[in-house]
Amino acid sequence: MERKASGLGMNRTGIQTSPVNSKKAIEGAEQSQPSSPGDASAIWKARQAFAREQEGLGSVPPPGTLKGMAKTAVDMLKGGRSTVFIDKLGQRAGFERTGVRLYESALSKLEVYGTWDGGPSREQLEKIRRDELSHFALVKRSIEKLGGDPTALTPAADLQASLSEGVPKVLADPRVNLLQSLDGLLTAELVDNASWELLIELARELGHNELAEDFQRALDVEQEHLALVRSWIAAGVKLEARLGEEAAGAPV
Amino acid sequence: MALDLFKEKGVPLDRQVFTWKDLTRRLYSKLDNDAFTRVRVILMNGIESEALRFSHACARMNRQLREPLALIRRVEQHQQTLVNWMNPPDQSPVETTLGFEQVAIEVTASVAQHEPDPYLAQAYRFGMLEDFDHLYRYSALYDRLEGKDPNYLIQSYSDIIPGRPTSIEHRHPLDDVRRPYDARTAAPLTKIHALTITAAEHQTHDYYMTIGPMFTDPVARMLYAEIASIEEQHVTQYESLSDPDESWLEKWLLHEAVEVYNYYSCLQYESDPRIKEVWQRFVDYELGHLHYVMQLFQQLEGRDPAEILPKELPEPIRFTSHREFVRKVLRDEVHLSAKGTEFVPRTEESERTLRYRDQLNADGSPSETAAAGYRWRPGTELAEEAERMGTYGEGRIQ
Repeated sequence: MERKASGLGMNRTGIQTSPVNSKKAIEGAEQSQPSSPGDASAIWKARQAFAREQEGLGSVPPPGTLKGMAKTAVDMLKGGRSTVFIDKLGQRAGFERTGVRLYESALSKLEVYGTWDGGPSREQLEKIRRDELSHFALVKRSIEKLGGDPTALTPAADLQASLSEGVPKVLADPRVNLLQSLDGLLTAELVDNASWELLIELARELGHNELAEDFQRALDVEQEHLALVRSWIAAGVKLEARLGEEAAGAPV
Repeated sequence: MALDLFKEKGVPLDRQVFTWKDLTRRLYSKLDNDAFTRVRVILMNGIESEALRFSHACARMNRQLREPLALIRRVEQHQQTLVNWMNPPDQSPVETTLGFEQVAIEVTASVAQHEPDPYLAQAYRFGMLEDFDHLYRYSALYDRLEGKDPNYLIQSYSDIIPGRPTSIEHRHPLDDVRRPYDARTAAPLTKIHALTITAAEHQTHDYYMTIGPMFTDPVARMLYAEIASIEEQHVTQYESLSDPDESWLEKWLLHEAVEVYNYYSCLQYESDPRIKEVWQRFVDYELGHLHYVMQLFQQLEGRDPAEILPKELPEPIRFTSHREFVRKVLRDEVHLSAKGTEFVPRTEESERTLRYRDQLNADGSPSETAAAGYRWRPGTELAEEAERMGTYGEGRIQ
């Protein structure tokens, strides 16, 4: 299917679209005065006032099992707060699961648009989907081992979902081709890599060395994902920028 | 102690005031609040939205009432703002949608069990089974688009399983118009119920019509289009239960009583003190509106409001899980459809409904596509597949 991401067309959003109207619009804006003095910091101040009185997004649920309660108590005696760990584990669980759905969307695009020289293959996308699912399984089991509830939405998970809500949105959009949607995967993989790194540090800090080793293996795999997504984008964008015969096999 | 509608005067209209900050500063927590707090907020937004809708229609048709309606309507608009703005911004449109369907299940189930008129009770059970199915369809969509668990929102109070399948809920308009109660003989609670559920469903329709086009996924866009169409059917059904021969003022009086009743119900069940404060404040505001309209009713129609209103408010809506009731209705009544004003076995559906449904489903059914083979599991349908796998990816990508 032919659909270049950056084809030439009748885009009307810029000021140069209509020299006559834009001249008038600019004159009108220059001649008017604001109705009140100040600048954008007025918005920050209002935000600060609300921040001072509003509560946070929510909390980490208490452990639902006796084992979990015992672990929380031991951690507290050692001066640690296991809730921070559970919060971040909940975040990875949610993100990896969303990651599965993202790669499913990418796979569905591959069937419509095909790939390009240096672009993703079906096998690669399917492998990454499985990796994301197995990382979700790893985190789920880790939370269970700690006596936590892996089905709970923790504040860190909620936050990361809000931050990245545009990614599944873009991947699901039938107007977005495979190369364009890789930008969404790049956003997700960058955040995922950084988050696994932090999780490993935190696991070591809290003395969960076995978990840290498992997580390190997950990070190794995520680093591969990131490198692959970057290389697919680079190959695709460079091909798209070429002309004539050189552009054979460029993304559509 | 039940609330005496004639004795309790509430807050007079000139003391019902707001500021922009007051209207917007309270939020419930998507993570920590009980699911029924969200249910109450969504319900009350619907009740206030109906207050405005009715008030505008009434003002266009009644010269004498235009000014009193404008006065009260402005307060109701601000009440709706305050209520609706309690929905937190980290609650996405599809998450709020799950809340809307939980309202339609649990509030309608409570109403169906308390409704004294057996025909209306049947209508509520009928509609409830359809909304019950919508929860299942939207849950599948949420799980499959974003990999998230619908039970974050539902909190295990409601089952996430198929009801009367959405794809066969489509009926010809003339098979959605019901028989109205008789205003002269109907119990006040019957009138209150009909308005309450009409309000909730109308807002559900309007919400889906607003957010449906914001989705990128084509199945999501079609699913919102499909379910919005059913919500329109539900509004047609529920509004047709009210007696069309009630006068405009009588209807206005009933609206104000419905608002008192619903806020009062919220107040009885609310566990969050910050939000309980809002319900108390608005019970008092609504009592003020009710007494204002009672006076108008006496002056303009020369009738005693006691003809219409119960002395004391009936038992509040029960904001609790009605799982067993819903399951029983599902077992006994999932096979029903409607023909004209009557509920009939699906085998007796009208020709016009069959033709109408076949036409709409001719290119496929979004609700069937979204939930094909879907079974909810704690932690999403992916949790099961994940359990069958190893803990981390083996081998390098070639």
